[in-house]
Amino acid sequence: MPIQVLMPALSPTMEKGNLAKWLKKEGEPIKSGDVIAEIETDKATMEVEATDEGTLGKILIPEGTADVAVNTPIATILADGETAADLAKDTAKTPAPARQEKAAGSAPPAAKAEAAQPKSAAPSAPQAVAEPDPEVPAGTAMVTQTIREALRDAMAEEMRRDADVFVMGEEVAEYQGAYKVTQGLLQEFGPKRVIDTPITEHGFAGIGVGAAMAGLKPIVEFMTFNFAMQAMDQIINSAAKTLYMSGGQMGCSVVFRGPNGAAARVAAQHSQDYSSWFSHVPGLKVVAPYSAADAKGLLKAAIRDPNPVIFLENEVLYGHSGEVPKLDDYVIPIGKARIVRAGSHVTIISWSNGMTYALKAADELAKEGIEAEVIDLRTLRPMDTETIVNSVKKTGRAVTVEEGWAQSGVGAEIAARIMEHAFDYLDAPVTRVSGKDVPMPYAANLEKLALPSAAEVVEAAKAVCYR
Amino acid sequence: MAAPKKAAAQDTSQGTSSGGSPPKFTREQELAALRDMLLIRRFEEKAGQLYGMGAIGGFCHLYIGQEAVVVGMQMALKDGDQVITGYRDHGHMLACGMEAKGVMAELTGRRGGYSKGKGGSMHMFSVEKKFYGGHGIVGAQVSLGTGLAFANWYRGNDSVSVAYFGDGAANQGQVYESFNMAELWKLPVIYVIENNRYAMGTAVSRASAQQDFSRRGASFNIPGKQVDGMDVRAVKAAGEEAAAWCRAGKGPFILEMQTYRYRGHSMSDPAKYRTREEVEKVRHDQDPIEQVRNRLLAAKVSEQELKAIDAEVRDIVNASAEFAQSDPEPDVAELYTDVYR
Repeated sequence: MPIQVLMPALSPTMEKGNLAKWLKKEGEPIKSGDVIAEIETDKATMEVEATDEGTLGKILIPEGTADVAVNTPIATILADGETAADLAKDTAKTPAPARQEKAAGSAPPAAKAEAAQPKSAAPSAPQAVAEPDPEVPAGTAMVTQTIREALRDAMAEEMRRDADVFVMGEEVAEYQGAYKVTQGLLQEFGPKRVIDTPITEHGFAGIGVGAAMAGLKPIVEFMTFNFAMQAMDQIINSAAKTLYMSGGQMGCSVVFRGPNGAAARVAAQHSQDYSSWFSHVPGLKVVAPYSAADAKGLLKAAIRDPNPVIFLENEVLYGHSGEVPKLDDYVIPIGKARIVRAGSHVTIISWSNGMTYALKAADELAKEGIEAEVIDLRTLRPMDTETIVNSVKKTGRAVTVEEGWAQSGVGAEIAARIMEHAFDYLDAPVTRVSGKDVPMPYAANLEKLALPSAAEVVEAAKAVCYR
Repeated sequence: MAAPKKAAAQDTSQGTSSGGSPPKFTREQELAALRDMLLIRRFEEKAGQLYGMGAIGGFCHLYIGQEAVVVGMQMALKDGDQVITGYRDHGHMLACGMEAKGVMAELTGRRGGYSKGKGGSMHMFSVEKKFYGGHGIVGAQVSLGTGLAFANWYRGNDSVSVAYFGDGAANQGQVYESFNMAELWKLPVIYVIENNRYAMGTAVSRASAQQDFSRRGASFNIPGKQVDGMDVRAVKAAGEEAAAWCRAGKGPFILEMQTYRYRGHSMSDPAKYRTREEVEKVRHDQDPIEQVRNRLLAAKVSEQELKAIDAEVRDIVNASAEFAQSDPEPDVAELYTDVYR
């Protein structure tokens, strides 16, 4: 039977890519290991190697095709003795590879397809904006950008503006960023301002803080925030506390940024949400954007801020696109939440990738006649208590959504603030939807269960509405 | 445990050498060194008294015995060079030219202290005097000091950063992460390892596989040197050599200062891990202040002139103690200031 070649994923979070080039023609013999095609995403270009021997039977996706979904059949390989006629029998087949079908066991097919590709569960970022961001003048032209590009542009603009700004971290220069967030910066700014470090988070975080104490404005990239644990002492004891310990004489303007939270299928040590860890600490500001526009505007603000800022990105969101205002200097103030969707029945509060679940749930709830007001916190410290409280005074109900663990989490903090400031307005207890109280499992089905879901948000919202 | 070895600038570096007895000081240099070391000693003695009276709280780590290290190094530096150290920091601040009043008032937690009373013994800073703290986490100042050197490299000035740390901190992981990057990027930083033979109560021989700290940078190709840290002239000479190395763009340099602390690790340490005889022997044979005083007397400087220096130093210290006890505590409104700027 002819073998299908599927569109491969370059990373656990890749959903689609472009088929840049075919290196083999139909009818050409193929050996295992031959490079048959090149595919690309906004992050990288990769060669597709054949894993089977035979003849390239038919090219199903022509070169130059954009946005080919992962696992789409892109070609067929004919084994010895097979002819093009055998292809006809095969065209109706589903793309799911046979081996995976077997391994998935007794789970129903629909669940399997989702489990094999968990991020297909995350919708392509519903970015329904009910209220225009007050910072953007009416009539401003918008450009569509990925969050990755928006972050890169924010850094590039600030580096053009201020010679004291530089980027350091693992693979930020020559490699163009492990997640390609620093793409092109080395070429524009040179090796003195875009600095590859050895894999020594504790040391280079300390060097970054020391440089900031001397007046420079470093952007320290952690390949992921999981690795920032090695640098925690420098972040908390040196960066966050020095201004206070010096009686206001000496502080440090430094941004620590990188992907935070669950990626996909990378297990416990690479999937953790550190929102509550950093938001616990006075002296730090903590920013965690969801939209492309916020990613850009808030990163620019973080770089200009005279305090240490923890800038929590999300790997799953890097490739998501959104509208970014085409303004010369788009800076969003740190510390302001945004009402992304207006509603009167229940307030849903989240940030970063939690917004994915919150917004999807709001769509579902609307179908059942429940109008949810969705707040994107954007900044976790200082927290915009006023926006939360005003909304809860209107709705009387609140649900928090976070990928992190519930105990001592940001949701717990929000619940406490609502109780302190709007107790008399509450018609139901504040409810938390969070990551489950376990280290992140690897297995696809368990991982999905460990994370919050839109269904859980819907359930929680209905519960507080007594529906 | 033996007293600090008299290492006459043992050279373990590549092609740098001095050897023999250190270059002589001029009379003015001797007098300046004496005065600066005396100021530190008298200041620390007074701090110890105030601690005993309950005027100073928490931790208080005295520098008595090690004065030649920071005074000699400071004589080797020039304007613009930065200094950073750990928690045994009073001597460094005074040597950098910070006022005794402000340091002592910080020790007593008063509003006139360098950190308005919010930092205490281990956390004082002076951007003006290029003193960057005052850090309480053992070894953290080494990465931070490397960052100060990074800033010099980035700006292309010819300033040098001096990062002081002890024989205990020399075993921390981030020290070697910093060594690697400093040499890789040729950052102008002098790592001064103040080997006072004890990390709190643990003798060097019980904690360090490689006890020659000048060689701690060997695997990164960082040159190092063992220096008699009780002889202010040897310290200054080594400091000048290291600074020249850094300013020439050759990267970091390690100086192991062989020194000794007479007092306990902190005020609450009875120092049972060493004998009284060991301490007395160092005091008698190698005291950094007595060395200078004896040389000055031999050079026919009058007792009277030396007494005048004593008196001047005592006046400064007494005034600082008086201020530190009469200055009010910080305004309660200060509790919430300086968290952000």
